[in-house]
Amino acid sequence: MSKSEVTRRGVLKTGAVAGAGLAVPTIFTASSAAAYTNEPTGGTVTLGFNVPQTGPYADEGNDELLAQQLAVEHLNGEGDGGCLNTFTSKALKGNGILGKKVTFVTGDTQTKSDAARASAKSMIEKDGAIMINGGSSSGVAVAVQGLCQDAGVIFMAGLTHANDTTGKDRKANGFRHFFNAYMSGAALAPVLANEMGKDRRAYHLTADYNWGWTQEESIVASTEALGWETVNTVKTPLASTDFSSYIAPVLNSGADVLVLNHYGGNMVNSLTNAIQFGLLDKVVNGKDFKIVVPLYSELMAAGAGENIKGVLGSMNYNWQLQNEGSKQFVKSFGEKYGKPPSNSAQTCYAQTLLYADACERAGTFNPCGVVEALEGFEFDGLGNGKTLYRADDHQCFKDVLVVRGAQNPTNAYDTLEIVEITPVEQVSYAPNHPMFGGDEATLGSCNSGA
Amino acid sequence: MDGFLLQILNGLDKGSAYALIALGLTLIFGTLGVVNFAHGALFMIGAFCAVTLQRFLSLSYTVEDPTQKDFLGNPLKVETPYVESWFGPEVGSTIIDWSVPLAILLAIPVMVFLGLVMERGLIKHFYKRPHADQILVTFGLAIVLQEIIKYYFGANPIQTPAPDALSGVANVGAIVGMELLYPVWRIVYFCFAVLIIFGVFAFLQFTTFGMVVRAGMADRETVGLLGINIDRRFAIMFGVAAAVAGLAGVMYGPINPPNYHMGMDFLVLSFVVVVVGGMGSLPGAVLAGFMLGILESFASTTWATTTIPGINQIIIYLVAIIVLLARPRGLMGRKGVMED
Repeated sequence: MSKSEVTRRGVLKTGAVAGAGLAVPTIFTASSAAAYTNEPTGGTVTLGFNVPQTGPYADEGNDELLAQQLAVEHLNGEGDGGCLNTFTSKALKGNGILGKKVTFVTGDTQTKSDAARASAKSMIEKDGAIMINGGSSSGVAVAVQGLCQDAGVIFMAGLTHANDTTGKDRKANGFRHFFNAYMSGAALAPVLANEMGKDRRAYHLTADYNWGWTQEESIVASTEALGWETVNTVKTPLASTDFSSYIAPVLNSGADVLVLNHYGGNMVNSLTNAIQFGLLDKVVNGKDFKIVVPLYSELMAAGAGENIKGVLGSMNYNWQLQNEGSKQFVKSFGEKYGKPPSNSAQTCYAQTLLYADACERAGTFNPCGVVEALEGFEFDGLGNGKTLYRADDHQCFKDVLVVRGAQNPTNAYDTLEIVEITPVEQVSYAPNHPMFGGDEATLGSCNSGA
Repeated sequence: MDGFLLQILNGLDKGSAYALIALGLTLIFGTLGVVNFAHGALFMIGAFCAVTLQRFLSLSYTVEDPTQKDFLGNPLKVETPYVESWFGPEVGSTIIDWSVPLAILLAIPVMVFLGLVMERGLIKHFYKRPHADQILVTFGLAIVLQEIIKYYFGANPIQTPAPDALSGVANVGAIVGMELLYPVWRIVYFCFAVLIIFGVFAFLQFTTFGMVVRAGMADRETVGLLGINIDRRFAIMFGVAAAVAGLAGVMYGPINPPNYHMGMDFLVLSFVVVVVGGMGSLPGAVLAGFMLGILESFASTTWATTTIPGINQIIIYLVAIIVLLARPRGLMGRKGVMED
């Protein structure tokens, strides 16, 4: 018969050991949570704003930067609070993110993939940026998104319209608020059918790079589904400045619609050249000749001047939207900078707030926690109306705007008028849609950099 | 047939810009022996002379109109250009409308002055240095100039439309009884380029100054030994070349809205034009400019791009290789130029 020797000291010892043993996983978990890239340790958290500050999209980048600075102000409780007042999620209190004051560093993408990667890398490695936001090009977005995935930080894309960003090149750490080429096609098609009819012959001039190809593919698919015929699709070098030799063949092609899959300087020049050749004054196949610019931006519209009058296109956002979030954002931005925001500014502002909000809701800066908080997140009050961050591909789904070059602008900012707000249902698609990489496209796993 | 003729016209039009820039480039190389990579920037600055004049003429005073609202709901500030209040709405708006042609008057002195400053202040210090040094310093200068322009005018293209009277299309085929519509301003640009090219040739051919310059181009040392300050004349020719590039830029604005990068877009092509035409050969530069412009235009046709994909992007360089293989000095190059 054994005698149990339970002593007070023994119980205390055992308790201490057991307690320590039980505590180990907690400590381990905590240290594991701390082991992610650039975990903020002091009283501040650093965001990296990677925008084109030089190069052809510098004006657009500058507008993005203004919006990002405004977002930081609002996050830190400065200014009028902006869309924190209208955002449906009430996690943000204007005291930074998770109680840490928000600071930021900036990088210059130069609208070049290698330069953008270098500046993002520098912000992550040298400045301790925990999230990268911004950009005005799909090539840049895809390149920086890949870098952020590998580095274990979140990438909140700026202006990127190619299907690939959340298609075949989608990444678990990357999120796109901006719309895409497929959505442009889906939104434009019914309006084109309404205004131009279903018996049209379209001629495409397409910028010869990734974004141009995906936009052409999307617009061709949606217009052919209407019954339109695609007469020709011609790729134009990105470095082209004079498009006259591409416009001249349009005149003899039998086409009665010219689709310009161009952006930036290319769009301004090709549209200007098309107007110079009198295309909009022509009657072909018994119909008035029309021009379509599927992707518009206010800054490019200003560059094109009077040439955009009456020309249809699509946008992610326009400052003339009258929902509460939009009115609040226009007021905050307009009063601070004296001009209305562009749609690239709005997307960067929204992305910065969405990231901060996701951190608050997740209770951590850990990228995997942020990813979880953003996936399937539904919100409103940031300017675009009801929006869903779809979990399958990290693409935002919301209404898309069909716009037209203003016929009688009353001031310098009155360049575009909203023709239709296309409901989100009409621009939605399956995550494994062939234009988005099909079944092979996957997000992979989130990377916290641990 | 229409398409063929349209591409010829397009080619002549593109060639006009190439020829004017290449003419200035080769003028500088032929006189001073300098490979000027800042020449594209001079073309761009010319275009911005038009932008500047347009903005100057559009300077306005603002009056609040309480009946209209701005984007923040405040009374709209209506802008009225001073020229319209001084000369009346009709005359004032006509002056603004013609700002591009009027900018020629501004661009000539500005460009000559800028050319002289560039030559006297910087480039003359590099005459005896290798061509590689000249290329580096002038390329650096080009970047500085374009960044200055971007700082003041932004990166976006800025519309400088042609006057209403010279906008729209004209039926250039009417003389042969067919319909061939072509933008009026592009016809104006071509005629303007031909005028400038003839003007430069006439200046060199029929004036004493031009005769001395030509003599200096043929044998600088001997002309110097005759007691003529050939350096001064060559410096003036640099100013003339800058003015030619600037005028090409002024008139190019309505074809494609000026932006800070437009000079670089033309620079490489213009160098190819100079090399194909023959280094230092003025007629060669003009001939090659028009020839390559037309070839580029045809290479962009649907037929050409379908038959040989990408031909539109390489045609100029392909032709340059063929020409240089067949005639290493270019189409009209002289013996001894850049061959030491």
